[in-house]
Amino acid sequence: MTEPRQVACVEIGGIPIALATSDQPFLDLLRRRYDGFLSSSRPEFELEFDLISAGSASADDVRVRRNTDADQWILERGDFRARWDPRTGRGRVRQNANPYSLDSVLRILHSLILAERGGFLLHAASAICEGRAYLFSGVSGAGKTTMTRLAPPNITLLTDEISYLRPSPGGYAAFGTPFSGELAKAGENCTAPVAALFFLEQGPENKIDELPPAEAVRRLMRNILFFAEDHNLAEKLLATACDFVARVPIRRLTFYPDTRVWDLVRNFDRNFKRKFEPDFDRNFVGNLKEVPEHA
Amino acid sequence: MPENCIYIARSSAIAARALAGEMMVMNSADSTFFTLNEVASAIFQAADGRTPLRDIVRDRVCGQFDVDPEQAQADAEQFITELSSHGILLVSNQPLSSQTSRETPR
Repeated sequence: MTEPRQVACVEIGGIPIALATSDQPFLDLLRRRYDGFLSSSRPEFELEFDLISAGSASADDVRVRRNTDADQWILERGDFRARWDPRTGRGRVRQNANPYSLDSVLRILHSLILAERGGFLLHAASAICEGRAYLFSGVSGAGKTTMTRLAPPNITLLTDEISYLRPSPGGYAAFGTPFSGELAKAGENCTAPVAALFFLEQGPENKIDELPPAEAVRRLMRNILFFAEDHNLAEKLLATACDFVARVPIRRLTFYPDTRVWDLVRNFDRNFKRKFEPDFDRNFVGNLKEVPEHA
Repeated sequence: MPENCIYIARSSAIAARALAGEMMVMNSADSTFFTLNEVASAIFQAADGRTPLRDIVRDRVCGQFDVDPEQAQADAEQFITELSSHGILLVSNQPLSSQTSRETPR
């Protein structure tokens, strides 16, 4: 007898997606994995999962392309194959029951949705301090996880691996994600206006340097998660990256790994706001949960 | 290929935007990303598939920048060889269809 279909709604970045399965252990797994991001909101999209025994995961062989006949997206990797129709908002995923495949499918789906809406996923750690979000990006080993480990106790971790960014009335907003890196700890499900993006390098002393706009776009593009082989989305993404660079301070942060680097980060935002953004906070309207009291 | 027969056109599979004097170019087929300096941007923007490379170098490079014409032509040919290998530019010894070159990047 076929098991009844059950649904968990997972809301990341303010976008609720229904995940449907008739496999109880898989439902339990995704509820545990996305605990803190489960939502009672009405889903905007739906993915139905068929569990199979598939090949192993590999980050290198992911393909995301449009099926031109049906105007559907095809998402493929060794461990999953998915179809998603952006017109109906519904999709079907065939994957094995491991959480890494699940994370990958969700990340790709969010990257497609965000690209249409002027946002993006960034290979960066992010955290909220005093109501403002700071992003820390860089090559593997540059210090993303180190920055989150060095953070003072009053910060709220949004992610140590994949930052979620959407345009907002005052600039851009960062959202927490359940996608974790070395810390193996999901971020908090909250949002804040982005204060700055820092590209990390480790060095003998703490300092912040300007980056020319073209260099900022180049670094940003290198770290955006974008999988689609699609001209229109590529154009939108490049326009978004240029807009982000125009609206968000982007700097190179050279740091010595101790807690004093966070003083530099906070002071940078205070000085920047005083100089350039007297009305920023008044104009910003958050669109998810309030930042927790302690943040 | 004789240099006076070279025509270049921007591929339809790219996204491009100008920023602070440089051109950002993304190949949407494989998400590779390039930034072009001022001189390269001038050639890239003039790559309409109809204007010979020789004329582009004369008008857009030698006419705008303080460079030796022979060196500029050699550099331009090297530049287009590299970008064509990444699918950014199409190169031919005949004029190329206007369908390959989209509107001039902003």
